[in-house]
Amino acid sequence: MTLNQKSTLVGFVFLAVLLGLWEGLNQPPAATEALTEFELLMGGVDKEARVPPPSSVLVRAWEELSDPFYDAGPNDKGIGIQLAYSLYRVLSGYLAAAAIAIPLGFVIGMSPLMYKALNPFIQVLRPISPLAWMPLALFIIKDSEQSAIFVIFICSIWPMLINTAFGVANVRSDWVRVAQTHELSQIRTALTVILPAAAPTILTGMRISIGIAWLVIVAAEMLVGGTGIGYYVWNEWNNLDLTSVIFSILMIGIVGMALDMALSAASRLVQYEE
Amino acid sequence: MPIKSLGNPYDDKVGLTHTSKCECADCAASKAGIQLTQKQRSELMERQADGVTQPTSTAQSQTAFPSSEDMMDQAIENAIVRGVFGQHDQSRRKFIRTVGGGTLAAALASVIPMDKVKAAVKEGMGPLEKTKLKVGFVPITCATPIIMAHPMGFYEKYGLDVEVIKTAGWAVARDKSLNGEYDASHMLTPMPLAMTMGAGSTAEPYLMPAVENINGQAIVLHNKHKDKRDPKQWKGFKFGVPFDYSMHNFLLRYYVAEFGLDPDKDIQIRVVPPPEMVANLRAGNLDGYLSPDPFNQRAVYEKVGFIHLLTKEIWEGHPCCAFACSQKFATEMPNTYAALFKSIVDATHYSANPANRSEISAAIAPKNYLNQPEVVIRQVLTGRYVDGLENKVLDVPDRIDFDPFPWHSMAVWILTQMKRWGYISGDVDYNSIAEQVYVASDTAKVMKDLGYEAPSKTYQNYTIMGKKFDYTQPDAYVNSFEIKR
Repeated sequence: MTLNQKSTLVGFVFLAVLLGLWEGLNQPPAATEALTEFELLMGGVDKEARVPPPSSVLVRAWEELSDPFYDAGPNDKGIGIQLAYSLYRVLSGYLAAAAIAIPLGFVIGMSPLMYKALNPFIQVLRPISPLAWMPLALFIIKDSEQSAIFVIFICSIWPMLINTAFGVANVRSDWVRVAQTHELSQIRTALTVILPAAAPTILTGMRISIGIAWLVIVAAEMLVGGTGIGYYVWNEWNNLDLTSVIFSILMIGIVGMALDMALSAASRLVQYEE
Repeated sequence: MPIKSLGNPYDDKVGLTHTSKCECADCAASKAGIQLTQKQRSELMERQADGVTQPTSTAQSQTAFPSSEDMMDQAIENAIVRGVFGQHDQSRRKFIRTVGGGTLAAALASVIPMDKVKAAVKEGMGPLEKTKLKVGFVPITCATPIIMAHPMGFYEKYGLDVEVIKTAGWAVARDKSLNGEYDASHMLTPMPLAMTMGAGSTAEPYLMPAVENINGQAIVLHNKHKDKRDPKQWKGFKFGVPFDYSMHNFLLRYYVAEFGLDPDKDIQIRVVPPPEMVANLRAGNLDGYLSPDPFNQRAVYEKVGFIHLLTKEIWEGHPCCAFACSQKFATEMPNTYAALFKSIVDATHYSANPANRSEISAAIAPKNYLNQPEVVIRQVLTGRYVDGLENKVLDVPDRIDFDPFPWHSMAVWILTQMKRWGYISGDVDYNSIAEQVYVASDTAKVMKDLGYEAPSKTYQNYTIMGKKFDYTQPDAYVNSFEIKR
């Protein structure tokens, strides 16, 4: 057995033990006779509501995933539609942020003057929690959809900006000097020397950003509601339906992982050996 | 789209189509953002006082508030005249200049039975300016009429295609209403008053044509406090209420203050969105809450808390939630507003009938609406419930009730409490704010149109926990409390 196969096996054993314990410790007492009206109104004979076992989460997952695109009115849509709304918001905000952060990061990284001038702004704005922008965004933009996108934009811009600036500023100076001796123009230097050299760092920034954006969208949608996976979680929490909450947490994790894998694949494309 | 409904169609000097230079009252008002002058307000007051009806087409009464009846009449005549001239406003004016407006009116009347058309159109709610509407609601049983009007077809009945949109909390409902995403929304009865005065938000004139529910709230405590039924033992408790400007907040403050506790010093009151109440109670973040149902009943169902008291025991028949929209919406789209208003009043009355409550519970429990177990909703609406204390099923049929009439005296009481707890300060013109926001006479009219009984006055006195509230003496009432700000 190779190490890979062994680690997979151990992983599965862990998973099975964990789920087994969870399942075993969460069995509700079986009701022996039909519930009286009083018991029915009290929510059953169980002493208190419990965390749902993995088997009911699996059943729920099967129900949801077998019909992911149903649409039963504005407040009840399938998990596929909800995820699509969230992805749309994340990608719009994220791409807008990339369109601004990467060129601006280039300028900041290439010019020590701009770096020094803009750094204080970045340092003050960067640590602000994206959700703190939400009330202000709602008030100014006057549209909850665009406010959610704005919040994604504002939270994804900083890692990309800082990483781009850092990557550009740290391109080896002899490479830039070689470009200067070849009398390349500023723009050509930027595109043919600095961009490829800084690309891995830029992509690292983009990877951090997409992670943060996906983290934030859930909270933002819980706040403004309507559609999206965050709304889905909120709606199920509203019903204290933990089975659906656990299922949606899993879905959020899986989609987040897929986004991260996509960017990590992209960053492998631009890597180079010195 | 706003129609140019209120110009006199028989006048050659008045255009019937909107242009960018249009100076009609509608356009001017929307450009100016609708600010009420003192004169317009007093006119409005006067009209509400003597029970609607009057103005027609003077410029003044157009910017003020012609009754929806008159607006609709003229809108219909307008539509007919425009129809005759095929939207060519120039040819209409030319025709009137040649033969005179009176001749045109008479000529039209001879071929078209105007009165019958008007009656027929009004029967079918007149030409709606907009049929696709968005109405927000917070998922609680107080919103029952707003919600059930959707699955049970009350909006459809009046020609509207309404999307009812679930909203995460009151602040979001307020913001989405202020920014125009919602045409109208479920709100708490104090909210339109606060919004109109600009307390806690930007000032924007709001109308509250209908109360949704009366009663229907409760004080819930955590199960560990079963031995602390006397509020005097509540010092240091943490309570949740859904919003600052809510009956819940005012009733809880009133209740504990009657037992000698200062709500700002002896207990802590936190704003918690209704759906988060049970989770917070379970986690021990809250010792109790005064919140809307189904979350009181849900706490019992989840075996986390018990119902200490129904708010009807504090004030029998107190208002709670409301249906509200901006004054702008009501003036720009009078027919749509009227249709929406009628469907809400109609739905509210349907909800008031105990015989319909089980059916309504089943209609609003699914995921698209309240997303709650039906058994919880049914306990709230039918009043056949368990309180988590006694080992039997209780029967309180008027645990929640529905009555659309927005008593001006209710608004005055709310304002006295806002003043009492320092949410508003200075001299408060109780009656004029109440009368501007709570359009009671319109409600009475709609109720009568739909064949329901309506009160003949808009003020009355209340007895709240044995203490008399005299609506003619609001300031004296505020000053009569020992605990106040």
